[in-house]
Amino acid sequence: MDIGGTLVKLVYFEPKDITAEEEQEEVESLKSIRRYLTSHTAYGKTGIRDVHLELSDLILWGRKGNLHFIRFPTHELPAFLLMGRDKHFSSLHTTLCATGGGAFKYEDDFRTMANLQLLKLDELDCLIKGVMYIYSVVSSGPPECYYFEHPTDPERCEQKAYNLEDPYPLLLVNIGSGVSILAVYSKDNYKRVTGTSLGGGTFLGLCCLLTGCSTFEEALAMATEGESTCVDKLVRDIYGGDYERFGLPGWAVASSFGNMICKEKRDSVSKEDLARATLVTITNNIGSITRMCALNENIERVVFVGNFLRVNTLSMKLLSYALDYWSKGQLKALFLRHEGYFGAVGALLELPNPS
Amino acid sequence: MALCGGADRGSHSMDKSITLPPDEIFRNLENAKRFAIDIGGSLTKLAYYSTVQHQVAKVRSFDHSAKETDGDPLYEISVQEEITARLHFIKFENAYIETCLDFIKDHLVNTETKVIKATGGGAHKFKDLIEKKLKLKVDKEDEMTCLIKGCNFVLKNIPHEAFVYAKHADSEFRFQNTHPDIFPYMLINIGSGVSIVKVEAEDKFERIGGSSIGGGTFWGLGALLTKTKRFDELLQLASKGQHTNVDMLVKDIYGGAYGSLGLTGDLIASSFGKSATTDKEFSKEDMAKSLLHMISNDIGQLACLYAKLHNLTRVYFGGFFIRGHPVTMHTITYSINFFTKGEVQALFLRHEGYLGAIGAFLKGAEEDNPNQYSWEENYAGSSGLMSVSPELNPVQRARSGTFPFDMLEMDRLERQLVNLPLLQDATSYIPDTVDLTEDALAREYWLYCFEEALDGVVKRAIASQKDQPEAVERAEKFRQKYRHKLQTLRHQPFAYGSLTVRSLLDTREHCLNEFNFPDPYSKIKQKENDMALKYYLKVVKSVEELSWEQRQFTLAKGLLAGNVFDWGAKAVSDVLESDPEFGFEQAKQQLQERPWLVDAYNQWIERLKGPPHKCALFFVDNSGIDIILGVFPFIRELLIRGTEVVLASNSGPALNDVTNSELQILTERIAAMDPVIHAALREDRLALVQNGSSSPCLDLSRLDKVLATVIRERGTDLVIIEGMGRAIHTNYYAMLSCESLKLAVIKNSWLAERLGGKIFSVVFKYEVPSKAQEQH
Repeated sequence: MDIGGTLVKLVYFEPKDITAEEEQEEVESLKSIRRYLTSHTAYGKTGIRDVHLELSDLILWGRKGNLHFIRFPTHELPAFLLMGRDKHFSSLHTTLCATGGGAFKYEDDFRTMANLQLLKLDELDCLIKGVMYIYSVVSSGPPECYYFEHPTDPERCEQKAYNLEDPYPLLLVNIGSGVSILAVYSKDNYKRVTGTSLGGGTFLGLCCLLTGCSTFEEALAMATEGESTCVDKLVRDIYGGDYERFGLPGWAVASSFGNMICKEKRDSVSKEDLARATLVTITNNIGSITRMCALNENIERVVFVGNFLRVNTLSMKLLSYALDYWSKGQLKALFLRHEGYFGAVGALLELPNPS
Repeated sequence: MALCGGADRGSHSMDKSITLPPDEIFRNLENAKRFAIDIGGSLTKLAYYSTVQHQVAKVRSFDHSAKETDGDPLYEISVQEEITARLHFIKFENAYIETCLDFIKDHLVNTETKVIKATGGGAHKFKDLIEKKLKLKVDKEDEMTCLIKGCNFVLKNIPHEAFVYAKHADSEFRFQNTHPDIFPYMLINIGSGVSIVKVEAEDKFERIGGSSIGGGTFWGLGALLTKTKRFDELLQLASKGQHTNVDMLVKDIYGGAYGSLGLTGDLIASSFGKSATTDKEFSKEDMAKSLLHMISNDIGQLACLYAKLHNLTRVYFGGFFIRGHPVTMHTITYSINFFTKGEVQALFLRHEGYLGAIGAFLKGAEEDNPNQYSWEENYAGSSGLMSVSPELNPVQRARSGTFPFDMLEMDRLERQLVNLPLLQDATSYIPDTVDLTEDALAREYWLYCFEEALDGVVKRAIASQKDQPEAVERAEKFRQKYRHKLQTLRHQPFAYGSLTVRSLLDTREHCLNEFNFPDPYSKIKQKENDMALKYYLKVVKSVEELSWEQRQFTLAKGLLAGNVFDWGAKAVSDVLESDPEFGFEQAKQQLQERPWLVDAYNQWIERLKGPPHKCALFFVDNSGIDIILGVFPFIRELLIRGTEVVLASNSGPALNDVTNSELQILTERIAAMDPVIHAALREDRLALVQNGSSSPCLDLSRLDKVLATVIRERGTDLVIIEGMGRAIHTNYYAMLSCESLKLAVIKNSWLAERLGGKIFSVVFKYEVPSKAQEQH
């Protein structure tokens, strides 16, 4: 499990090579849990299994099976713990590997509410392990690592597979509620360069306040419909065109939400426009900080992960564009299909050999 | 003050009934030329150059070839009009722009000006209005170029321009020393968006980056979130809010700190993160605060990333987001400290709001080559930092009956000012001994002291112009102005940079000049010079009869006794007012017996037994007994020993300090009586050079370039600084690269007590730089 500020990410390995004998020996609770997880794609009102991400026929600890990816909001954690108690999780004689801040914050709750002992793991260690593992095991199906070709040309912009065989050095940008930026030099040599509090949580938080929406999906749907140029003040709004002296194109945003200082314009924008502007502001800012870190660390390859990017092609294209444009093609933005689950995968890999 | 507020700031119309206070705003318009204007989103900054007619007291020697009679003064004092150049900068709200243009049109008389340089986002909008009203052609200049030009100018010319902001320190503002070398630096201008500029030389700068998350984001997003329209109001909301109610902190995720990364629990993990997960109402204050932190942190982080990439350590912040707002200066400072772990300091500028106007003005004045002059902030004509409180809203302002404008005036000095070449380390030299901005007790005392002395100064000013009946009225205006300055400084000691005894004295001189009292002590100085000259030969003779050891001591003691005669010290001026017979001998008796408060006399006498110094530089103090019976016998002995002497005196009057022109005449008279001085003058072993200053104190980083050249050419190896103003209030801790004497009599019991002595305690400080320092 990876218990973040907004979402809990759960990764579950389902062995498929269970023999009849084993099945006989299995306790009822284990069977019931497996059935519950694998036969549903939604749990309660907010839990979701990302079926499209499921990896089948993996070999883990000498067992063959499927890897499932499940998520639910962190504020539902108490409900999850109650379910764990009801389903007798604690009788499984297994360790629950947990990472993310919640592993520390809720450790006591796991023990008292569900009688579960957590193996707590550092989230950045897990993140990097998870990325490398998933990339190494995905061989068929849609490519794990991809980029957008011709990001500056909307007509020709398309998703392409990227070969990450020789990944180092690498800038790894994890966009969850907040953002962490890591410089990774080898499997176990990395540092956290910096981070920013303007992340996915900020996008959703501001959207909730500005538009009254309540979920990430809603916010994103609105953003897709909206237009940010009426909310933001562009370079051309100030200079009538490009600011040539400093090489600033007219379409660049001079001031995010800059037009909103004027009452008439505040009254004329739609919720969709505001959602779009929020998305563009947060995304561009992450792009800008990332670019500066890449320059300071002298790294050209940037991998963006984290659940902010889930179904968020808008931000991915924007990041690709921004990195390419402002670095004059020097920097490449890469993305991974299992964007938000690497921490949880890394934690799973730390499971003491279950056989 | 004849005006009423109540203009509507929202629109650009204004109450036509407003009458501007002409004595106070747009001064000296009659001779104004070279206009420049910088129109921002809400404030207009106007700049112009004017010539100011001042009365100055000139001294001229009488022709002494005619037979002299006793009681004839030795020189004539005449008041003449002198014309000096001054730069005026006025800042006011855009709502008043039409009123102001009308006012300028009505008062502009002798100008040959045809164009007005304009910059700023609003220049375009008001172009037609300006051209119609002023009949001047608007000539637009690039905003960034003006900004940088203005920034270079203030950093070079205004002491204590830059400061560090520390909200919780004893003094919120810590002013930086003026660095002779200001480049390279980084300027982060936070307007609607953010521009990050690297400045490498006067004309070499580059926009290295920027961000769209700036002041416009705070304002626009803030208006949407809180339904609060005005930027100032949003800041006020923010200053009352709790961001932790809206932001997701590290401890909200971890339950505590994220120890392995060193991230504390209170750190913001996700701005506005709580509004995404909790379904509740958030207060306007809390949201505004959260927004302020989000934007300040983001700008601070980018600033640090750019500073690191370009290897820059001097980072200045400006733009309307910063402009005098303690709230934003605090959050930006916090952010920079966090992201650089204290390696880079966020610096702010006192005159940040004027940079664009100054730059536009300089663009128009390039043919005048402003860099060949020195400039001095005129404390009488400048409003000082935070004069218009940004926290005051228009309604409050209207009620208080003040027209919200802010001014900066800079006097042009017709000479270049440079460092004393004998400073051990010019970059770390601080003239002032006590920073009254930080020392609250001392501040209290000195403000009280200057207020107490004000009556006497007013009286003296009136007495100096008995023949002019309106002098009484002018003196009263002076009193009001200076008292007002003192009151301002009581509440805002940071108004003109670090508050010091020197700045209090200089402010008084500037205010006196402002009301045409150029030299209130001229007649007293004349009388005292005349009287002291009569005793000169007697003093010299009595000294000559003594043994070598006795003579040296008597000369040193005479120098100190002479320094008792100081009209600047209240304890002394009271005595001198009541007892005109108080003389040299009485003064000697007042002096503290040895051992003195600071007593290095023995080391000095040992040194005198060695080889003579090559050249001694003497910064002299008072006229009358001090210079004639104290200084001259002392330097006479030095000259006899074979040491050349340079007497450095003030270029302009201050209190009863001897000025260079007075000293010329005195020296001539002494030379006529004394063959030693006569020969020294003739052989150029005695030189009289002006120091470039009109202050009772001494800033060794702003000396006349000619003096610096003389010092270097003559191989000066001894510096003597005399008097409270020059050796105690300033330069007491100044480190020189050659031998130095700092001599003074403490004529103020509070100060004496502070130093551990009584009134009339003696400071005789003799310092020799260590060998290692000398090689520097």
